[in-house]
Amino acid sequence: MSATGQARSMPQRGVLLEALLSNRVVLCSSVLLLAIMLSAVFAGLLTGTDTFLIRPRLRLRPPGSEFWFGTDALGRDVFALVLHGGKLSLLVGLLAAVSGAVIGTAIGLVTGYLRWLDPVVMRIMDGMMAIPGILFAVALVSLVGPSLMAIVAAITFAEIPRVTRLVRSVVLSVREESYVRAAEGLGIPPLLVLLRHILPSCIAPLIVQTTYMFAAAILSEAVLGFLGVGFPPDIPSWGNVLAEGRAVFQRAPWTIIAPGLFLAMTVMAVNLLGDGLRDRLDPRLSRAAKVSS
Amino acid sequence: MNTSEPILRIENLSVALPAGLDRSHAVRDLSLDVHRRQIVCVVGESGSGKSVTASAVMRLLPEKVLRITGGTIRLEGEDVAAASPARICELRGNRMAMIFQEPLTALNPVMRIGDQIAEVMRIHRPQIAAESVEARVIELMGDVHLPDPAALRRVYPHQISGGQRQRVMIAMALALEPALIIADEPTTALDVTTQAQILRLFRELLTKHDSGVLMITHDFGVVADVADHVVVMRHGEVVERGEPEQVLSRPVHPYTRALIEAVPRFRFRYRPERLAAPEPVLVVEDLTLTYRSTSLLGRKRETRALDQVSFRLAPGETLGIVGESGSGKTSLAKTLLRFETPDSGRILFRGDDVAALSGCVLRDFRRHIQMIFQDPYKSLNPRRRIGQSLTEGPVHHGLSRADAVARARELMELVGLSPDALERFPHEFSGGQRQRICIARALAMQPSIIVADEAVSALDVSVQAQVLRLFEVLQRRIGFAMIFVTHDLRVASNICDRIAVMKRGRIVELGPAQAVFGQPQDDYTRELIAAVPGGVFEVAPAA
Amino acid sequence: MLRLIALRVAMAVPVMLVVATIVFLLLRLSPGDPALVLAGDNAGPEAVARIRAEMGLDRPLLVQYFGWLGEIARGRFGISILSKVPVLALIRDRLEPTLVLALSAIVITVVLAVPLGAIAAWRHNSWIDRGVMMLSVVGFSVPAFVIGYLLILFLSVKADLFPVQGYVSPFSDPVAALRHLALPSLTLALVFMALIARVTRSSVLEVLGEDFVRTARAKGNVERRVLWRHALPNAAVPIITVIGLGIALLISGVVVTESVFNLPGVGRLTIDAILARDYPVVQGLMLFFALIYVGVNLLIDIAYVIVDPRIRY
Repeated sequence: MSATGQARSMPQRGVLLEALLSNRVVLCSSVLLLAIMLSAVFAGLLTGTDTFLIRPRLRLRPPGSEFWFGTDALGRDVFALVLHGGKLSLLVGLLAAVSGAVIGTAIGLVTGYLRWLDPVVMRIMDGMMAIPGILFAVALVSLVGPSLMAIVAAITFAEIPRVTRLVRSVVLSVREESYVRAAEGLGIPPLLVLLRHILPSCIAPLIVQTTYMFAAAILSEAVLGFLGVGFPPDIPSWGNVLAEGRAVFQRAPWTIIAPGLFLAMTVMAVNLLGDGLRDRLDPRLSRAAKVSS
Repeated sequence: MNTSEPILRIENLSVALPAGLDRSHAVRDLSLDVHRRQIVCVVGESGSGKSVTASAVMRLLPEKVLRITGGTIRLEGEDVAAASPARICELRGNRMAMIFQEPLTALNPVMRIGDQIAEVMRIHRPQIAAESVEARVIELMGDVHLPDPAALRRVYPHQISGGQRQRVMIAMALALEPALIIADEPTTALDVTTQAQILRLFRELLTKHDSGVLMITHDFGVVADVADHVVVMRHGEVVERGEPEQVLSRPVHPYTRALIEAVPRFRFRYRPERLAAPEPVLVVEDLTLTYRSTSLLGRKRETRALDQVSFRLAPGETLGIVGESGSGKTSLAKTLLRFETPDSGRILFRGDDVAALSGCVLRDFRRHIQMIFQDPYKSLNPRRRIGQSLTEGPVHHGLSRADAVARARELMELVGLSPDALERFPHEFSGGQRQRICIARALAMQPSIIVADEAVSALDVSVQAQVLRLFEVLQRRIGFAMIFVTHDLRVASNICDRIAVMKRGRIVELGPAQAVFGQPQDDYTRELIAAVPGGVFEVAPAA
Repeated sequence: MLRLIALRVAMAVPVMLVVATIVFLLLRLSPGDPALVLAGDNAGPEAVARIRAEMGLDRPLLVQYFGWLGEIARGRFGISILSKVPVLALIRDRLEPTLVLALSAIVITVVLAVPLGAIAAWRHNSWIDRGVMMLSVVGFSVPAFVIGYLLILFLSVKADLFPVQGYVSPFSDPVAALRHLALPSLTLALVFMALIARVTRSSVLEVLGEDFVRTARAKGNVERRVLWRHALPNAAVPIITVIGLGIALLISGVVVTESVFNLPGVGRLTIDAILARDYPVVQGLMLFFALIYVGVNLLIDIAYVIVDPRIRY
């Protein structure tokens, strides 16, 4: 009894950092992720920018000492494309995850707290979830045109109902806790109760969910590119690099495999990070709390 | 009493705790015997090692965390501590069976109860024909007095009451007539009247079957009712053992004495001046509350939680609301705080009707009535410092931050804690300390009325006694009126001037505590009093 | 039970209405004029205006919206701008490959992922648990098209075990169909398996900590029976919930997988229609997919009542 109570009431402060450092998998994946982010930001320094030049003479060279990941159909260095592409892809992932989390949280908090609003909003969320996310994104981007805004918005759309449901479920369970009742009993108005006593309980699951959304958004950008509605090819992203490779895949498989594996590695690092954070932050799933008297 | 070979003999049992805790062993050097047709009670507070002992016998300890480091556990001569996992599976349910505290969670929710009883036989006696198993299930269900066994065996656990579920657990334990039945707090989660029935059932079954019972409990009342032999544990060690009459009336060890001292018993206080106050602080008239739920299929369910409840509360008085689960006592508390809006009736606070307030006016009213909740682990926001929790309300109602902090420091001392504690987080405090903090938080609002909903029920008896004393002292000093909701009549008798007995949303009896408990007028009150564990084994004279 | 089904169907109506509204707004509010597409490149402004009038695009948005809803409610999904074939007929013709692919992926998933997840939970923290978890992280992280291309590269191009691309109907040549189907269904199943194995593991893990599992052990159940007879049935609700939600994942996977393996299913049809701005087809397909999603989740709501007697509506 007391063990459960204490494990549950751990304050959040410092736990996040501790979580990052205490687990080997989490540590490795954060280091890997950091390396990928840095390599994307400093891609120019690492590979130069002349590597985007179209050099028909050098097209479809296999991987070797000169071109680590080979060259694509236009003679561009795939390694350089992958590093530079990371900039746009990671940015899309980050923006989509954060905006999904913010919008979803706002809706979820209000819906969970105002009973009369709940059925209406939840039907809308059900509707949003029923539309296959990737098809919606393809349609939106192809209609509006492949801008950063459009792609981020298209990916965010599908994530909002998930966050809303998550936050709502936390609100619904926390609002029954006696400490929330006690705050209401002190005469604190609903909005303050929501922000002061309920929102903090959502933070831990939200961090975890945002991590997963980040991974999913990077994947979605790649899929959009692969399906031919990603960013235009003049600025590389993992999506459009993969799209370029599609036509020549049989002759030059590295054009898809190299960026694909790089992408997979990134997404895996993010997912593992999310798992690690969840094990540490989400008491519903952490086993440690279960071992009690 | 019984000289034959014991069915259970524990010798020098030690169970190690993982490194890094405040002590090295959950159980150290424990020895005890259980004979046939004998009920041995192991008594202790939480952390005494009593439940670990029970699990060790069943070999149900999480072995990575709690390891048996020494001693033997002999069940009918065979060492359980050293048996192979396969042999343990043969013994469990067959030669030894266990009954758990929470009958709701201890039964498989998606399996029919008849199947759960039958499973014991299917596991250990696969050769028995299906019809015989069925017949035996019906017989067993009859043995534990479950109504209409033939029909009831087809229902799921959530469809029956808590007491019935515990009967199912007992039927399951008895299925193969095991030599030893271990019961870990078998009645703690039940209402008193149900508890009394289950304890009677244990006695009755013991005369019918040849088993011995090892019963784990924290309640000396249970000990007085059923034990043939008592073992008192503290911090993993036995501090005292003997016949119940001897241990209860002439305890030798100071810890046992303190524990028995702390057991709430009927004790009345008489403060006629409280009742004589001319102007009541709260008048409740014909309060009615109905919970309505409409299922998705449109079936409407109505539960009458409060039915024409009326009473008045004098300033400085303590009114006890007692009753079993489902009696409406918690609904009443919630309605008085206006967490629920009554269908009809009036709640007059200093003459103003607050039954229909809402919005700002309601929030402003709330500071006059404060609530203390049952579970001290859930009633403080785990992410906020104690100081933040204590000053939040007063600051919101217009007190300056400095004044609020000063008041909080004062209150912390008043409830017996250091003002430095304001800087700390709830998880750094024990259950009893947290409940003191919750009391301080309520008092910070300078309320006229405090509603305590089972405020001491989750605490160990010794802590419970301390918190009850604190309530008395504070009430004398500050002079708030209190509504004290509890299921425990003994606790109520200690602190309440008047008692209201509730049943199915109605107040069936209301009067001065001594009158209600001494000369109960209503049958239900009489039944409740008779069911108090240990009976009225020692009525202290009026103080 | 019948009332439950009727009620659930009734509750699906507002959800589909939301879907229809979103789809309508998406196509009407985005830049680009369907009339221009329909008229073709060499049409003059008058021709475009005439088509606009014919299609009702010059009417107020609300009128168009309700008009369209009325058509849908009467089962009329319009005619493809490109091929002049009714949308429903178009979907019907392309349905078979998609259904065959999706069903085989679901079968592979349920047969493999549920037991794997349960065993991983039972042997918590063992090598088998870590293995299953690692596989599921990989399944989540590697994009389906990369997996598809890797499978093609090694098993079709290099080893020549399976055909590279294309579709053969199992109704015409079962053996060839199986060979054509193996790689795509594996590709599609992988991400779904990752999801289901994870959820099975975590919910069984949760259930294994419950009191009634201790009761089951105290009765003398051997561990294997505790797992299959007591823990797994109690973990069923979250598992089937996720199977339902995972249908969205499956639909996305179908679109990608059909593109990789060049299967003539509805996923390909959708992408082609979007790229060609064939509005009626896009609208029809979006509604179609949403209907599948809602329908599957409706079946799952009904399944709840069967697996968990506590759930009543």
